[in-house]
Order: sequence, then C-alpha cells, then structure tokens
Amino acid sequence: MAQVRELRCRECDRTYAVAPVHVCEFCFGPLEPVYDYDAIAASVTRAGIEAGPRTIWRYSPLLPIGDGVERVDLGTGCTPLIKADNLARELGIKHLYLKNDMANPTHSFKDRVVTVALTAARAMGFTTVACASTGNLANSVAAHAARVGLRAFVFIPADLEEAKIITTAVYGANVVAVKGNYDHVNRLCSEIAQTMPWGFLNVNLRPFYSEGSKTLAFEVVEQLGWEAPEHIVVPAASGSLLTKVHRGLSELHRVGLLDTEPATSIHLAQAEGCSPIVAAFRSGIDHIRPVKPQTIAKSLAIGNPADGYYAARVVRKTEGTAEAVSDDEIIAGIRLLASTEGLFTETAGGVTIAALKRMAAAGAFQDDGRVVALLTGMGLKTAEALSGRLGPTVEIQPDLEAFRQALDFLDLEGPA
Amino acid sequence: MSVRLKVPTQLRQLTGGAPELDVEAASIRELLEKVGGDHPELLERVLDEGGEIRRFVNLYVGDEDVRFLEGIDTPLKDGEVVVILPAVAGGQDPMPS
Repeated sequence: MAQVRELRCRECDRTYAVAPVHVCEFCFGPLEPVYDYDAIAASVTRAGIEAGPRTIWRYSPLLPIGDGVERVDLGTGCTPLIKADNLARELGIKHLYLKNDMANPTHSFKDRVVTVALTAARAMGFTTVACASTGNLANSVAAHAARVGLRAFVFIPADLEEAKIITTAVYGANVVAVKGNYDHVNRLCSEIAQTMPWGFLNVNLRPFYSEGSKTLAFEVVEQLGWEAPEHIVVPAASGSLLTKVHRGLSELHRVGLLDTEPATSIHLAQAEGCSPIVAAFRSGIDHIRPVKPQTIAKSLAIGNPADGYYAARVVRKTEGTAEAVSDDEIIAGIRLLASTEGLFTETAGGVTIAALKRMAAAGAFQDDGRVVALLTGMGLKTAEALSGRLGPTVEIQPDLEAFRQALDFLDLEGPA
Repeated sequence: MSVRLKVPTQLRQLTGGAPELDVEAASIRELLEKVGGDHPELLERVLDEGGEIRRFVNLYVGDEDVRFLEGIDTPLKDGEVVVILPAVAGGQDPMPS
C-alpha cells in the first residue's frame, strides 16, 4: 500500500503501522490512513484519471490500495449524475443534480466501500470476511465475496426487509439474522471480532472500508467538469459517508486536482425516528446521545452512530444544514422522485428527497448554487415500505364498457 | 454484590492480560472506582478528566448501553456483566490466520 504511509488516530494523532487495526489503543478514537499527498500530487492528473477505467478505480491514487494489488471488482462507480430539472422545479431549486448510486452492481453506494475493503482484506491474507449490516452492505459483501471465493458472514437485524435478506442469501453468504436492532448486531460483531480471525468490514477493516466513500465526491466533481458543487445533501446512518465526502473534496484540492479549496456546504438528512446526529447538530453539542431507532428507513437506523460526532462537525464547519423527516415524508419523497424523474429509490433516498424539500423551503440553497443529492440505494429493495399505499389505480372486468366506465376514475389530466 | 467486568483486548495489557475482572460493586461508578484502585490506567482510558465516560467508549450492562440507563450511576445487581467496548464498531484487530 505504497501511497498510505501509516494509520493515524483522528483524536490523539498517535500513529500505527498499516495493518488491520481500527481503533487507537490509547483513546479508542478511529484510525485513518495517512497518504503521501505530495507524492500523489506529483503524479496524479485530471487527464490520467479520465483515461482510467470507468469504475472507482480510476481514483486509485487516492485509495488505500497499492499499485499491483489484485482488485476485488464488480465494476462499481462512474454512476450517472443526472440534472433533475423536474424535481428542481417542484422544490424551487435552481440547479439540482442527483447522483444515482442505484446504478452500482448491487444497487447501492456500499459497493464503493466493499470493493476497496475486500481488496484490502484479500491483500492482507484474510480468507473470511464479515460485516454488520442494515442490508445494502450485506448485499455488496456477499456479491463481492462470491466473485473471488472469499467466505462471507453477514450479520443483520432479523426484522430487515425480506428483499434485502433474499438479495444477500442468493450469493451464497452465511446470513446470520440477529434478534435485535442494528446496534445490537454491531455490538455482537464487536465481540465476535475479538475471537475470530476474520476481516470485519466495519470493525478491523474500517479504516480501509470507509475510504471508498470518498469516490462519490471525486465523481461528482469530475462529472461537473472538475468543479465542486456549492451543496451536497447526504443521508446519514453512521455518518461515515458524509465525513468521507467532505474528506474527498478536500483531498482533490490537496493533490492539485481542484485549484481552490472547495466551499461546498454539506447537508445531512436523517429520519425523525433515528436522528441522533441531527439532534447533536441542533443542540450545538459534540456528544451524540444514542437513540432507539423507530423508522421505516432501516438502512439509516443506527441509533449509536460511530462517526456521528464528526458528521455533525463537518455540517457545522461547512455551513450546511441538517433535517430529520417523518415516515410519511419519506414515502412522499420516494413518490415525488419517482413521479418527477423516473427514479425509484429506497427509503434512505426518500429521506434524502424529503430533507432536500425541507432544506429548499427553509432557504438553504438561496445562493442558487448547484445542489447535488446522493441517491444511495434503490427502491426495489424496500418496496414493502410502500405496500398497502400503492396498487392498481382501478381493477376492472375484461370488457371495453367496464374500461370506459373506469375512465371516470382515472387521471385524465396527466400527459396524453 | 459481585459483578463481572469484561475487558476488551485493547485494554488487557492494563489488567495483566486478564479478559475479565470480578468486582464487588453496586453501581458502575463504584465498579470503576474499585477497578481504578488496582488499575489506574484502565480508569483513565474509560473516563475523561471530568469523570464522564469517554466519547469513544461504550459501557454495557447486560444488553443495554449505560447511556440509556443512568450512565455512570447505573445500579448493578448481583451477577451482572459489564462490558467495555470501543464505540467505533469495537473489537479486537485480529490478524488473518
């Protein structure tokens, strides 16, 4: 791992050799890779990146994997950045873009972190990988592990959406359903990790895993013609994605791919039923008060978010905003996106759209800058959240007269 | 009132390698004070200068995070198990076998 010199504690700056370690043994703070930015700056260019593969690996100089390491790659990244004029008009936003990470191999942004983490895991010699997951990570770990013949254990809350369980089990992973919420699953994994020689993505592989999220920022900037947007709206579970998007933007400037330090405001979206980071941001305190999640946005239902403290700080520092939205708003957000832009996102995406709506109404985008909202996962995985709320518009007998009568009930106002 | 404290791998060098300690204590506070008497560095890793549980440390009584209970004043019953874990996902950092 040539470009990573060491791992460093975010809290106390103690350094560690590059290895599967994730918390500082002194203060328990999280460890992060330290790059040799000067060396990267000397060799990385926009043209070089543009000539690279159409995956996140085009940004490999800024990922914690050395040259020549065999990648675990299903073709993740370079997902569409869509100009969303219909939704923009609906919400009163001047320039709105949607980053469609539903287009990844297992249909969520988690493929970004998994391709990096499993590449690191294999290079370190692990033959079994494991994770605690609310579903999307489980899908992705199972798929990538299958591709390269790693044994996978995924630990999920037992009440997860059925679709997310099936779309994990199909790859042949060992799916362990735990009778509890994500925080119970996470704690169990912490204890298992003390006894098993496994690569746990969100435990001992965390410093490598979370770096993959930076590529969302890299792609948005490249797709905007190597310019940082004025606003990014990010859904938050652990808060890791948001902090890494911020770090990714800073790094682009640090290595000379952006001429000026990005002035992007980073906005945070959570569900009301699980909004400990929004609460910390609003109260102005650093401490995250854990909560017991109660929301249909199960992929965001982390009551004790590991990076929540840093996420709240990033929002504050970049002059972003934070919104928490109700389950009804989440459903409305999913439907609004689908009916205006033809994109079906999962409940976490509903959180993002609903929060975007609130932020726009509250004047967060009054500078008329470019707003990028991250759609991190696709709707089919959580379709059951909509069951009972959507169905056929009308049901009729198979004859023409019945249809004519039914027309009275149908929407004749819409496009022909 | 005897309770058992489970020590994470990262802190075992401070307990002479012991993964568990049995302590007579009726609350988290008393437990930590007693453990701190024998292992002052362990206490320093768990509590900050103001006597609060450090940001990246989680303490559990049974299944529950003490932040959902009464924090450091959470009472303990005989035979209960208290677990210290790093908040950032936690766990040891095993090398591949």
